[in-house]
Amino acid sequence: MSDIAQPAAKRRFRPLAGDPRHWPGVGFMAALFFGYVYLPIFILIALSFNKNELVTIWTGFSFDWYLKAVQNEAVLRAAWNSLLIATIASLCATALATLAAVRMARDRFAGQIAVNAMVALPLTVPEIVTAVSTLMFFSVVGITQGLTTVILAHTVFCIPFAYLPIRARLDGLDPKLAEAAGDLYANPRQAFRMITLPLMMPGIMSGAVLAFIISLDDFVTTFFVGGAGSTTLPVYIFGLIRVGVSPEVNAISSIMLMVSIALVSISLLLGRGHERSQR
Amino acid sequence: MKLARRLLIAVPYLWLFVLFLVPFGIVLKIALSDYALSIPPYAPQLDLAQGWAGIKAFFGALDFDNFVFLSTDDLYWKAYLSSVRIAAVSTLLALLVGFPIAYGMANAPEEWRPALMMAVILPFWTSFLIRVYAWMGILANEGLLNQLLLRLGVIGEPLTILNTNVAVYIGIVYTYLPFMVLPIYASLEKMDSRLIEAAFDLGADRRRALLRVILPLAAPGIAAGCILVFVPALGAYVTPELLGGGKSMMIGNLIQSQFGAARNWPFGAALGFALLALVLIAMTIYALRTQQNGNSR
Repeated sequence: MSDIAQPAAKRRFRPLAGDPRHWPGVGFMAALFFGYVYLPIFILIALSFNKNELVTIWTGFSFDWYLKAVQNEAVLRAAWNSLLIATIASLCATALATLAAVRMARDRFAGQIAVNAMVALPLTVPEIVTAVSTLMFFSVVGITQGLTTVILAHTVFCIPFAYLPIRARLDGLDPKLAEAAGDLYANPRQAFRMITLPLMMPGIMSGAVLAFIISLDDFVTTFFVGGAGSTTLPVYIFGLIRVGVSPEVNAISSIMLMVSIALVSISLLLGRGHERSQR
Repeated sequence: MKLARRLLIAVPYLWLFVLFLVPFGIVLKIALSDYALSIPPYAPQLDLAQGWAGIKAFFGALDFDNFVFLSTDDLYWKAYLSSVRIAAVSTLLALLVGFPIAYGMANAPEEWRPALMMAVILPFWTSFLIRVYAWMGILANEGLLNQLLLRLGVIGEPLTILNTNVAVYIGIVYTYLPFMVLPIYASLEKMDSRLIEAAFDLGADRRRALLRVILPLAAPGIAAGCILVFVPALGAYVTPELLGGGKSMMIGNLIQSQFGAARNWPFGAALGFALLALVLIAMTIYALRTQQNGNSR
């Protein structure tokens, strides 16, 4: 395909060993790769429609497991907890990340490296270490394990995910816009509120959605830091999986996969709108 | 105004400081404490009511017993070694699987690249737990893979894959693959393809061009990808728990068992700290390496 697109002159001088852009087997590897990455997910979703109670033996199509899942009191409670935690944690994280991003993008000051490191660290330390240390922290401080501890712990790893798109958006903004507002007699506060903030909005939204997904899907931190009343969907699913593979878990998992994919698409679309407005 | 701006950055910084860094200090303190049948389950506790004597007694009671035990007991040494081995093998496998894809992506027509990138990243944004779970149904003895192989007549009886190290490798590579592909892609995309053409012109075959030109140029991306896969793989908990059946004990599982069934927090804290030390060693090696490469250019 791309051979045709290349200018004829370039093709004539193609070296004997072949085109560096086309290596034998790369196409095959790509097929294998995407099969490896996506087949398990598709299989999981397909099996959630299996009538049979033994997941891997197909007997017929049915929606029964979805009906069973949405009628299950425990599933609904876990889903509610998940949504509540993800909403509060992602809102807090986005607000904090916005503060940090605005300050970091605008001025140079001592300690910027420390702030950068602090934001990036939660992503580099293995989650289980952060989770147990947060657990011990709450125990020492004397906060009972529950929704509050989970929400606080989630904000920590949500902040970097919210920070990155906001920062990227801010770095892409033309500083002349705020300057122009200043020239037109806006004070710094007005310039920020009426020019910078609206322009930042897509980045903020994109960051908030990413933080929301990460919180929604988190298992390890919730598992360690959570208590009896803070069972989220992933924690609930983990409990069921330990007993074995079941079609109901497949149904709940499929719903969660769909929610994640829908949300990340929204976030990416917001990011893309940003690219277009830059051109 | 200046003060207000300072406060602006102080809020998120302090938030992370209190909820992220302070806990590590507490982990260290608890790791130096002793196990006790109390709530919370360790001793000593800092008693400020006794004033200076209390503080002195508190620091006097801290010791390295947990770390000594950790380094003398065979079981724990082996768990650390096997964690490092599993993480290293998984990283290598991820590199073997990820590199050709990154190369293919970097050389794909420009208008395909965003879609390919999206296809690589998308699974990362779905639940980690669910992606591991998806493999349980495939790898089980009566699972889909065995059903398929049996029907094709490749094997006579089902293979045992689930609850072995092989399943753990498959799971870890599967979950961290995007971390390998993206940095390599980033470094390959910047590469000038004329350099490879030049190598070909000078008589290199594909193998030599790969070894002498492409791999050295992609080295920063490969190093970044390896560290990004190795570190989380080292601390894996869910994958060995679900796919390894708890048989392939990794540090993550040991830590969990100290906080779950055993309720020996001081020892769990020591295990966590030792894991953190391993991560730091890996990252220091990486930092030194990249610095060296930067200097030599």
